[in-house]
Order: sequence, then structure tokens, then C-alpha cells
Amino acid sequence: MDEAVVWLTIFILSVFVGIEVISKVSSTLHTPLMSGANAIHGVILLGAIIVTGSTDNDLALAVGLVAIVLAAINMVGGFLVTDRMLQMFVRKKPAKQPVGEAGK
Amino acid sequence: MSIPVWAQLVYLAAAVCFILALKGLSGPKTARTGNLIGAVAAVVACALPFFYADLDHVPLILAAVAVGTAGGVYGARTVQMTQMPQMVALFNGVGGGAAALVALIELHEIVELSSAPGHDVGWFTLLATAFTILVGSVSFAGSVVTFAKLQELMTARPVVFPGLPVVFGAALIGSVVLSVLLIREPTMWLGVVLGLLGLLVGLLLVLPVGGADVPFVISLLNAFTGLTVAAGGYVLSNTLLLVAGTLVGASGTFLTLLMANAMGRSVSNIMFGALKGGSTLGSGVASDRPVKSANAEDIAILLAYAERVIIVPGYGLAVAQAQHTLRELVDVLGERGIEVDYAIHPVAGRMPGHMNVLLAEAQVPYEQLKEMDDINGDFKNADVCLVVGANDVVNPAAKTTPGAPIYGMPILNADEAKQVIFMKRSMRPGFAGIENELLFEPTTTLFFGDAKESLGKLLNAVKAL
Repeated sequence: MDEAVVWLTIFILSVFVGIEVISKVSSTLHTPLMSGANAIHGVILLGAIIVTGSTDNDLALAVGLVAIVLAAINMVGGFLVTDRMLQMFVRKKPAKQPVGEAGK
Repeated sequence: MSIPVWAQLVYLAAAVCFILALKGLSGPKTARTGNLIGAVAAVVACALPFFYADLDHVPLILAAVAVGTAGGVYGARTVQMTQMPQMVALFNGVGGGAAALVALIELHEIVELSSAPGHDVGWFTLLATAFTILVGSVSFAGSVVTFAKLQELMTARPVVFPGLPVVFGAALIGSVVLSVLLIREPTMWLGVVLGLLGLLVGLLLVLPVGGADVPFVISLLNAFTGLTVAAGGYVLSNTLLLVAGTLVGASGTFLTLLMANAMGRSVSNIMFGALKGGSTLGSGVASDRPVKSANAEDIAILLAYAERVIIVPGYGLAVAQAQHTLRELVDVLGERGIEVDYAIHPVAGRMPGHMNVLLAEAQVPYEQLKEMDDINGDFKNADVCLVVGANDVVNPAAKTTPGAPIYGMPILNADEAKQVIFMKRSMRPGFAGIENELLFEPTTTLFFGDAKESLGKLLNAVKAL
């Protein structure tokens, strides 16, 4: 049970980091931030790969492959769509502010 | 299976990258880099087990990764920016589904192990497994319903039937009982039934939520999936999954609360308001009270001879794909020396910040987009306030009518402008389903029609002056 306490420690500390790290987000970025966080939990792909690669049961293998497909959609699609959104924010700022905004 | 130290260190580095990614994503200048850091870390982490673990079925796994990647790329590339909220919901749902499936497979291993003598699986591991199966399924089903609502595959209004609270309560209690049974005596069928029950809970959780509140639900389910992944990380003894999942769970929950604040609503009101007797249900019926309407030429004159114009864009603008036409109109007005700004309500569009994305796509200069608090004092100086496809965010009922579902939501003070022009398709109320008193004010003029068509007419009329 000692090990569970170590895990619990990691969990609790991560909760605080998770809140602290985004606490100053402006409402403009809520949507991309949500989308980016969504992509990060797509890392469950890692878990799907591990369990699928270590099973010797055919049904479990099939279920695992489905999980891999779903998780890969989550991860890859998530990061790409977030980038697409952010691209639009970043692109025009320098273009529309030729001079005088440099010191802003 | 033990993980070699070098691999654990790489996992640690990836976890740090995820923290940096979230940090980056919360600032406008660093957002894109942040996202990139997260993506690289995720890819590296997923490649890692191929190098240290003795994996079977590698060709099949790689094929499945390729299929999923293709699906994700296709979805992310082809989605219209207006439909992005439902795309995020869908990505989130499949992630939750994947986590639930992973936990089911792990349960299968656990069941096999515990049938062998001398192997005892800790109750905490079983609890985490049950949690992952249940909440992953909730997230999956909930996200699919969310997707269907936003994609208008089903009604966006709250769906409530008489026995819903009872069925929902029974499903919740059933899930808890099944989880306890699973912890005491793990069997495969308990896990499968738990997963199915989770689907039912997810369905019943989201059905009663009204269309306007759905974005909030996406954020909440996103946090759910995060916690699911965290629990899955414990089951698989993988620290990276635990940290990544917890980060998303915590920041997602916090973000959900921020959104509820921006809408001036409490979490329980949003989720269960419809169950308490229709507080999120409006009449939904168009009123036949008299309003003042005008044609494009009249409105063009109002606009062209104003000095200061404020535009309030709403989701209707985006649905009609009229952002580009609107920007052209604003450019023409700008050439006439008129000062034009866009007033962006925090929840304009379908998600907080969604409208900024949509207008940015139409290449509206960033500095013309004004946040609510910055521009609200300015409406009284505006000659014309042009409301395009928005409704609830300028509804004075939020300030004046304590019983209204949107009461308490901060709104844009469009009613203070000297003239208000409402571009609407019909007299139908907004998402909140309540009538907007502003429509009947003497200073208000209505301009009926599809936003894109109307703006096109308006553009030509202004040019002709």
C-alpha cells in the first residue's frame, strides 16, 4: 500500500500544478486551451499500445486495436485542430501592426 | 512489467513538457509553441514502449495507429471553424472511450491473474479500473450526445422526460453498486455491464442540457476524460498517464468553472436546471408584438452617417458564414472615416473565445476585437450598434428580470447605443429561449434575413451612397 501513497502524492501535486498553470488564461484563449488539454489526454494512446502489445487473447487484441484507433484520433486530431485555431490568432498580428507597436 | 529507468526519465521529461504546454497555451504569444511542445512530447511518449517493452502484434498496432492518425488528420483539417466545438467534443469522446477500453483489457488481465493462486490484486487498483471504465464510458456517450446537439443531428433544446431524474439516479446507484461488486470479486461481465451503464449515465447527463450550455459540458467532459486517463495511469503503473490525466482533469475542471462564471451561471444550474422545472427552458415561441423593421438602403444610411459603430457578432453570423462579408462592410465603413469596433462577449459563438477564432479566420484585425469589459462603457457614445446573429448576450433581461434563465449573466450594453440594428433571421428567441425586450425598444430597427445575404445587400447599399 506504500506505493499507493506515492501515487496519491503525485496525483495531488499534479492537481495543484494543473490549476496553477492555467489560472491566468484570458477568455480569448479558453477554446484553444480546452482543445489543447483535450489533445494531451490523448496520450492514453500510450496505455492502449502497452496493453494491446502485451495481451495474448484475440478478443482483447481486437478491443485494444479499437482503443488505439480512438486514442490516436484524439491525440493527433486534438493537437492539429488546436494548431489550426492558434494559427489564426498569431498570423495577422504582425501584419496589421507595421510600426509603433513594437514596444507594446 | 517493469519500466527501465531511462524510459521512466523520458516519461518524466514528457510530463514536464505537458505542464509547459498548458502554461504556453494560456498566453496568446506562447500558445502555438505550447501546443507544439505538447504534441512532440505526446509523440515521443507513445513511441517509447516500442523500445523498452517486449510488445507483440507490433504490425497490427502500427496499422491501428496509422488508421487513427489518418482519421484525426482528416477531421482536424476538414472541420469548418464554426463546427470546431463539436469536433473537440468528438475528439474528447473517443479519448474517453479509448481509456474505458484500455481499462476493460486490463481488467481481463487482472481476472486471469487473480484466478492463479498467490496473486492478489489491491482493491485500489480495482477501484481505479472501475472508475476508468465507468467515467470513460460516461465521457464517450456524453460527448457523442454533445456532438449530435451541436451538429444539429438532434434538437438543441433540453430533452427531459418525466422519469428522467429517477432513471438517472438509479443508473448512478447501479454504477456504484457494480463498482463495489467489481472491487470485491473482479469478473469480466461486471466490467462490461459497468461500461454499458456508464454509457447510459453519460446519455442522461447531457440530454437535459440546453444547446447554449453545451460548450460548458464539453469542457466538463474533457476534465472527466482527463481524470479517467489519470486512473488508467494508476492501473497500468504509468506515471506519465497519471500526471497528464491529472493535469487535464484539474485544469479542465478549473476552466469549466471559469466558463460558468463568464455565463453567470452555477454548475448545478447548468447541468440540472432543466430537471428542476424548466428554468433553462424558455417558451421558444415567437412573439407577435409589433417591431420596427427596415430595408437595406435605410440601414445603410444609418450606418454610413454614423461616427461610431459597434458591432456585436453572434453565432448566427458564423452559421451563415458571413464573417468575411461583415469584414468587408467594416472596411468600407472604415474608409468613410467611421470608427468601428467589434464587441466580443466572453461566450459569443459556441464556446468562450470561439468568436475570436471565427473573426480571426476572416482576417479581422486583432485590435478591432474588444472584450466586454473594455467596450461596455463605450456603447453610450455609439451612434449605431449593429447586432449580427447575436441575441442573448445583449438581452437586458439578464439585468432586469430576476426569473429569467440568463439573469445575472454579464451582457453587452447594446441598449445604451443611440440606435440598435438587429440582423435576424426571424423573431425566434435565442438559445436561452427567452424573448429579448431590446427588440421592441423604439431605438431598435430590425433587418430580417440570412446574415450573409443581408450583409451583402447592406454592403452594396453603403457602397452606392
